Amino acid sequence: MKNTQALKKVTILFAGDSGDGIQLAGSQFANTTALAGNDLSTFPDFPAEIRAPIGTVSGVSGFQINFGSEEIHTPGGRPDVLVALNAAAYRKNFPSLKSAGTIIVDPAGFDKKNLRLAGYDDEENPLLNKPADYQFYEIEVTRLNRDAMKEVEIAPRDRDRSRNMFVLGFIYFLYNRDLEVTLHFLEEKFKHKPDALEANKKALMAGYNYGDTIEAITRFRIEKAKLPAGEYRNVTGNQALALGLIAASKKAGLDLFYGSYPITPASDILHELAARKNYGVKTFQAEDEIAAITSAIGASFGGALGVTGTSGPGMALKTEALGLAMMLELPLVVVNVQRGGPSTGLPTKTEQSDLMQAVYGRNGETPIPVIAASSPSDCFWAAYEGAKYAIEHMTPVIVLSDGYLANSSEPWLFPKAADLAEIKAPFRTEVENYLPYERDEREVREWAIPGQAGLEHRLGGLEKEDKTGNVSYDAENHELMVKTRARKVALVAKDYPETRLLQGAEKADLLVLGWGNTKGAIQVAVAQALVEGLSVAQLHLRYINPLPEDLGAILQRYPHILIPELNDGQLVRIIRDHYLVKADVLDKIQGKPFLAEEILAQIKKVLKDGNH
Amino acid sequence: METTNTLSARDFSSDQEVKWCPGCGDYSILKQMQSVVPELGIAREDIVFISGIGCSSRFPYYMNTYGMHSIHGRAPAIATGLKITNPDLSIWVITGDGDGLSIGGNHLIHLLRRNVDLNVLLFNNQIYGLTKGQYSPTSELGKKTKSSPLGSLDHPFNPLALALGADASFVARSIDRDPKHLREILSASHQHKGTSFIEVYQNCNVFNDGTFLNFTDKKLKDENVLLLEEGQPLVYDQGKKGIRLNGLKPEIVNLEEGASLNDLWIHDSRDATKAYVLSRFFDDSLPRPFGIFYQEDRPCYEDDLLDQIDHAKGVQGEGDLDDLLRGKRSWTVG
Repeated sequence: MKNTQALKKVTILFAGDSGDGIQLAGSQFANTTALAGNDLSTFPDFPAEIRAPIGTVSGVSGFQINFGSEEIHTPGGRPDVLVALNAAAYRKNFPSLKSAGTIIVDPAGFDKKNLRLAGYDDEENPLLNKPADYQFYEIEVTRLNRDAMKEVEIAPRDRDRSRNMFVLGFIYFLYNRDLEVTLHFLEEKFKHKPDALEANKKALMAGYNYGDTIEAITRFRIEKAKLPAGEYRNVTGNQALALGLIAASKKAGLDLFYGSYPITPASDILHELAARKNYGVKTFQAEDEIAAITSAIGASFGGALGVTGTSGPGMALKTEALGLAMMLELPLVVVNVQRGGPSTGLPTKTEQSDLMQAVYGRNGETPIPVIAASSPSDCFWAAYEGAKYAIEHMTPVIVLSDGYLANSSEPWLFPKAADLAEIKAPFRTEVENYLPYERDEREVREWAIPGQAGLEHRLGGLEKEDKTGNVSYDAENHELMVKTRARKVALVAKDYPETRLLQGAEKADLLVLGWGNTKGAIQVAVAQALVEGLSVAQLHLRYINPLPEDLGAILQRYPHILIPELNDGQLVRIIRDHYLVKADVLDKIQGKPFLAEEILAQIKKVLKDGNH
Repeated sequence: METTNTLSARDFSSDQEVKWCPGCGDYSILKQMQSVVPELGIAREDIVFISGIGCSSRFPYYMNTYGMHSIHGRAPAIATGLKITNPDLSIWVITGDGDGLSIGGNHLIHLLRRNVDLNVLLFNNQIYGLTKGQYSPTSELGKKTKSSPLGSLDHPFNPLALALGADASFVARSIDRDPKHLREILSASHQHKGTSFIEVYQNCNVFNDGTFLNFTDKKLKDENVLLLEEGQPLVYDQGKKGIRLNGLKPEIVNLEEGASLNDLWIHDSRDATKAYVLSRFFDDSLPRPFGIFYQEDRPCYEDDLLDQIDHAKGVQGEGDLDDLLRGKRSWTVG
């Protein structure tokens, strides 16, 4: 009988070479943990290269998961447990481990060659020189797994490929997890490869059974989280985003057209949608980013919900077409899964540095609504709402996600289709007196789909005459049209819900204002600050253009505003510009999300130094 | 699509004033289009013209149909999205040598290989007209313009060879000054299922006047124009000359000096190899062919896409939104 210790929450970091199957093992652990009823948040972190040099620090792939019986808002700060399959994984991640944390290593990954590749000098083997106070488990994963593979028909070169399953099995044992989810997954994945299925199942069981046979090991029990009642699933940001687009098209009664060019980290949206053809989804893998957006514009002209998705550099290429969509006044959703920039930047890392581009980055006066998702499951709502505004206001809408949200996952209390807000397309069918650019009280023009007799009309990127839409170079008309289009976009804000604080009092010394993926980290930091008696509040911004009409009055109540952003200070400029308030940025430009402790430290600093 | 026999060219003329330079070849192309479409049996509301940027791209404003004057080079991609969304529409892409072959070259070749059922009219005037006279991707080597005062260094594109290289399923050439021929080609392109690529030689009388004089001037054209007719021998110059194939090498023969019609190359627009040889009739040593170079029946992208959707619905059933939201594995709390 093993000892079992109850824990409220735990953070595990799985790390190994990028060929070790770390992401697969991590996401399996996440799915199993979600089904076990814990709240959780994950953070996959991997190199940009498909096969970075084996065994080196630059080739390390990591998957961090924070799970517990209490509410989880972030993938955890410093991990409690580090699983390091090789010396490079250890070298890269040991410094971030919590003091007195647990380390699980495979000694085969610390042989001479691996030590050298990881940059350790001879005689510098950390296993011979273990840091004090840490709980070390040296598990001969490679050797034990090879023993398990003896019973399987498998080529020698493939026998180590299931090491990730051995480790996963062991961790499942340690945390009292059921193997069923992963066994089921393996059966699906290797449906047509019986040998690989056998090998992976064997490895998983062997890892689990190994935990059962060794002495002196403590198992952990993490009770179910007290989440609001309802039906849940686990979802990544990119999955949720794809679902939001399909849901919006179905509720609006429109075909969904998704034009896209492969780009990290947005490609998974294309994959998700391409697999949903039975929902009538039309995916088009375009020849480039420009064709991706312009084909979507063509689809919208034809009466579909046109959508394109990309990441930073691709967004730059779409810029001219965004201006066209805005001039045409057709619905269009443009998803930017932001990554580290500029240029090719850090393709697999996260950043929030495309905000200025989204809000301002076009020629001419080209206002476009911008909505930012704040968690993996919130990507669903951001996409849904983005599509709703695009359709109902006849405008392109930019939905901002980022690499962190895209690949992270969390449990999601998903909605019923019937409970989703209605989406009503402003179709024109009446032939009498049709003018393509006549508008309703919200300045919205009507959508006349080709194929209808009597509504023939021409659109274009040249300036249009008010109401008729004919080409016009008239000076007064141009100004009128620029102002009208701006007013149309400003009026989208009338549809927003009331802006509400997430935490803290209506008046406090400091407001922490966030947007996008920083929500969870800010939530943890502000909660801790409040526990410590600090005068602080939290507000998270979803609508960045147009800004909510009630935001100004809220901001005025706080003498100091702190804006944590994964960029060099972008929202902070927009807020200062609009409201002339004292706002400061807490920037982080490392391709990684904030740790709550970084935000908490800044809150304390501001409140200590603050000249309010 | 319903048949409407009652409409005339006037019905396809919009209320917008046509603003090309007086004498521009575009007027003729517009006129031929307006007179051909009533004969095609397509309802006016089912016709869409999509263009990019340039003189020719103003075309949609003058057609009383649905239309879009979009951005530079992107009309093929916009038209593709529209066709996938609404395959019943008859969609015409209007582009030029700069729009279609320079800034939009990428979209054009990908449209051709995908074989979306669209008609592409590339107005080739071998000059940038709207920006007032710079050399274009089809301008001849050494051409002196404002941007090439010492002569252009750019080797020109051969648009039809390019289209054939991209596996276009219908490739033809016509010219603004031969209205009857142009109408026939427009009509044939409509009949073709798949992407039809038509290069139309068009005179820019302001910045590149007379560049196609060899094919329009009464004294010159007989010697320089080779009209392609299906199943007929390649004969030109009032029946005096013909083309014979020596292996894959075309040779000019003189029918008045003993050569026989039986020896001549018989035009077969279904022969891809011969079509390519024809596309290389591109210098002054051989007459310039006009007509349908090549056509083949090949599945269209949008049909295959819709088939995939139907197949998926057949196999997996029509998707239910609640099932989608729930996913494969859900659990209940409380």
